[in-house]
Amino acid sequence: MSALGARLESTWQKLLALAERRLPALTRLRAAEALPIRLHRRRIYVLPTAFGIGFGALLVIMQLGALNYANNAALLLTCFLAAAAWMSLFAGFRTLAGLELVAIHAAECHAGHALPLTLHFHASARARPSLRLRIGTHLFAFALAAGDGAGVAIQLPAPRRGWMRPGRMKLWTDQPLGLFVVWSWINPQTSILVYPAIEESAPPLPHGPGQLGERFSAGDGEEFSGLREYRSGDPQRRIAWKASARHDGLLVRESEVPVDDNRVLSYASLHGLDHEARIRRLTAWVIAADAAMLSYALELPELRIGPGLGHSHRHACLRALALMPDAPQ
Amino acid sequence: MRLSNRQFNLLAVSALIAVSAHLARLPWWLSIALVAVPPLRMFSRARSAKAISAWLRVPLVLLLVAVVILNYGNLFGREPGSALACGLLVLKLLESERIRDARTAAAFAAFVLMSALLFTQSIGYTLLVSSCLIVLLATLNALEPAPLDSNRPLGAELRTAALLLGLGVPLAAAAFLFTPRLGSPLWGTPGAFAEARTGLDDHMSPGSMTELLVDDSPAFRVRFETAAPAPSARYFRSIVLPRFDGTTWTRQEAPAQPGLEPVVGEAPPIDYEVTFEPSHRPWLVALDVPLSADTGLRMRPDRTLSAVGGIRNPNQYRARSVLAYRLAPDLDPVDRQRALQLPEGFDPKTRELAGRWRSEGRNDDAVIASALAMFNAQFTYTLSAPLLGRNSVDDFLFDTRAGFCEHFSSAFVVLMRAAGIPARVVTGYQGGWWSDVGDYLLVRQSDAHAWSEVWLQGRGWVRVDPTAAVNPLRIESGADAAAGDRAWYSGSWWLPLRNRLDVINRLWTQSVVQFNALRQKSLLQPIGISSADQRDLLLALAGAFAAILLSASLWVMRSGRSTRHDALDAAWGRLCRRVARGGVRVRDNEGPLDFLDRSRAAFVDTPERARLEDLVDAYVGLRYAVTEPVLAEVQAFARKVREFRAPPRVQ
Repeated sequence: MSALGARLESTWQKLLALAERRLPALTRLRAAEALPIRLHRRRIYVLPTAFGIGFGALLVIMQLGALNYANNAALLLTCFLAAAAWMSLFAGFRTLAGLELVAIHAAECHAGHALPLTLHFHASARARPSLRLRIGTHLFAFALAAGDGAGVAIQLPAPRRGWMRPGRMKLWTDQPLGLFVVWSWINPQTSILVYPAIEESAPPLPHGPGQLGERFSAGDGEEFSGLREYRSGDPQRRIAWKASARHDGLLVRESEVPVDDNRVLSYASLHGLDHEARIRRLTAWVIAADAAMLSYALELPELRIGPGLGHSHRHACLRALALMPDAPQ
Repeated sequence: MRLSNRQFNLLAVSALIAVSAHLARLPWWLSIALVAVPPLRMFSRARSAKAISAWLRVPLVLLLVAVVILNYGNLFGREPGSALACGLLVLKLLESERIRDARTAAAFAAFVLMSALLFTQSIGYTLLVSSCLIVLLATLNALEPAPLDSNRPLGAELRTAALLLGLGVPLAAAAFLFTPRLGSPLWGTPGAFAEARTGLDDHMSPGSMTELLVDDSPAFRVRFETAAPAPSARYFRSIVLPRFDGTTWTRQEAPAQPGLEPVVGEAPPIDYEVTFEPSHRPWLVALDVPLSADTGLRMRPDRTLSAVGGIRNPNQYRARSVLAYRLAPDLDPVDRQRALQLPEGFDPKTRELAGRWRSEGRNDDAVIASALAMFNAQFTYTLSAPLLGRNSVDDFLFDTRAGFCEHFSSAFVVLMRAAGIPARVVTGYQGGWWSDVGDYLLVRQSDAHAWSEVWLQGRGWVRVDPTAAVNPLRIESGADAAAGDRAWYSGSWWLPLRNRLDVINRLWTQSVVQFNALRQKSLLQPIGISSADQRDLLLALAGAFAAILLSASLWVMRSGRSTRHDALDAAWGRLCRRVARGGVRVRDNEGPLDFLDRSRAAFVDTPERARLEDLVDAYVGLRYAVTEPVLAEVQAFARKVREFRAPPRVQ
């Protein structure tokens, strides 16, 4: 039964995709658009829900009963109920109309993990209770209070490294009575970079080229040799706070051993692993080196980054890894 | 998604309210069961998340069906149908664990609420039931997922529900006014299900009216064209009962003399309009002796009115009556014989008394006077009359000597017939309560009355009310004053208040309950259609709907557009316009700070310059320093912009 359901579902999706390719005007395929996206009346659709249709049938029965018994009190009650039901359509429309998606923020995410997204909506004068968002098969429910712009946190699965588009989202509500569904499609032109997956229990970091040359000093490379200006990416613990206090900008202690620290994480050196596995290991090493505060360089087939250390270096490396072309077939 | 406890409890309360609208008509044990189940389930659900198994639910449904069939005989019709619906609603509650079930249950509760109105259409009840709609809609609203604040107070939902109902008023009014009413029912005969209603019956035996005399519900209302008659003259004849079998008085089907009893009016006629409440009987009322009445009514030979079928809906009609008259001055011999008929073998002592009076040589008037004097001297008026035996009149006249109008009129007529005077019993209503506000007379079922008419040579049928001889208060001040010995719990203590509020009832009855196909026809008169048929009504309905929905759509779309420019931009635009009045116009390629620089040059050494600097500073802070400005700060900024005045132009 479920197999049949899955087949039907996939057939339906194929039909839908075909229809959207061939009849974009009819299916309202929305090309990706730049943020902010504002929901106005020309892109908001309304239909009764299954419950709404059933409720309508019930109202007809009630109306007929009241008319048959020539009972005006019952008729009046039914009229009021029907009118309130109809007005719920307008209330539902107002829940969605004027809603504006301003920005989409993503936190760092590695493939295989959930991608945390924050959708920022523009502040509006009225509350928008009970909105729902469907991306693919993922459903999120949220509400926006009046007056304040709000970020709505959702999580999407990110199975692959590289650029990811949240894709078409259906923003819908059946406020306030569940009789009518009011919806709009949005397709924000936002791409989110998903970093490669991290190899679990990766081997330890390779030694740097220091083994070829002489070690300048023992210990942790903390031998003081001089001060220089702070450069973005320098680890915090190297900042000479006392010296910086007497100076305009931040100063960083330079040690004698930077060369020794300088690990080279090389794609080419990882023999015996397939393309993606190499990327996973390099990713694990970048993260490990960054956590250990060891300066490192990343060598990819067509790119060399570093040596360096720090936040921006790390992200440059991870970005390069994420955007590595797929393995040649 | 499983219902939260809050959602379930709200649903249970809605179901409880819907069921309680029916409680008065259900058997007491079913009422108790139906009221007890929802709170029990609320309690058990709060303690454990377990759903109720189908092994319990299915037998309960079968039990419910069995119980309804046992109690009512079948499943269909209003009474068993509503009992079944109430039971099913409560059982539906037991299986409501998901949003979908809960919505179905809420919709079904609406149906149960509406069916309660099929039994009673009074304004109080309708308002009560309608106000339950708010709870119902609030329940549906609460079934929406709202993850931000699951612990919010009920106020938001109730407000939403009230708002929806309020916005729906124009639509509901249009639908109510223009929905074409059915001339005849689509299925069944609504009267077939009619449950027992109180009202006068076409037979009378001592004690048969007791139930009626303690019923405070309105029987009919009368609006007089001219001045209303005095309280003691407010006799509304309904049924004439000439036949007597020893215990029961009944109607005479066909009189010997065909046609109406002739009447000679001796006073100016009175025109009036009666609105008769549904009684499920054909008998109507007319003030004393009617000369004419609306064409749709039947006037029987004894000059009483009746409708063609049972009265199921309030019936409004006009009639013309006269209070001083000679009714049937010449009596047909057969009719006279009938008016003297007494069953053989009953009430020997009464006959003997009448014979004694006659043998003493008293004439008709003297016999009547003797009887009334006897009643006045030795009898008491009470609603709790002792039971009477086979010779009911003998027992009453010589033994118990206590009773009310039925006993007195019955005994009086027997006494008259025994004395050779043609006489008959008349039932109807007497008295009523005059509403100064509404300018009409309200007559309740408790004003039901029975009196006598005797036929006198040259004067025709003359009304004699023996009850008045015993208890003049009954006639002068009404049934309520006469029955002074009623207990406080009978509700009579607040009857004066209810009398005053009756004007609302009357308005309700006239404007809503009686709004039938006939009245609907004249609805479109203002736009030149004197008699609207179904097509006209449907057109009007469509027109009204289109107009209302169009304006609602326009309103919704306009309010959607008004937030296009946010408040901060609007305030900034206003500031730019103000500054432009001072001679500096913002350029398209210019940011606020550049704009400020140029403005500085223009507003040298004016207090406005400092103010402008503050404002631009605030704008930059609000627009660029934060992702989303705080609404209160934007409003403060807008206020300051409104206070800003550009300096006069410097040349």
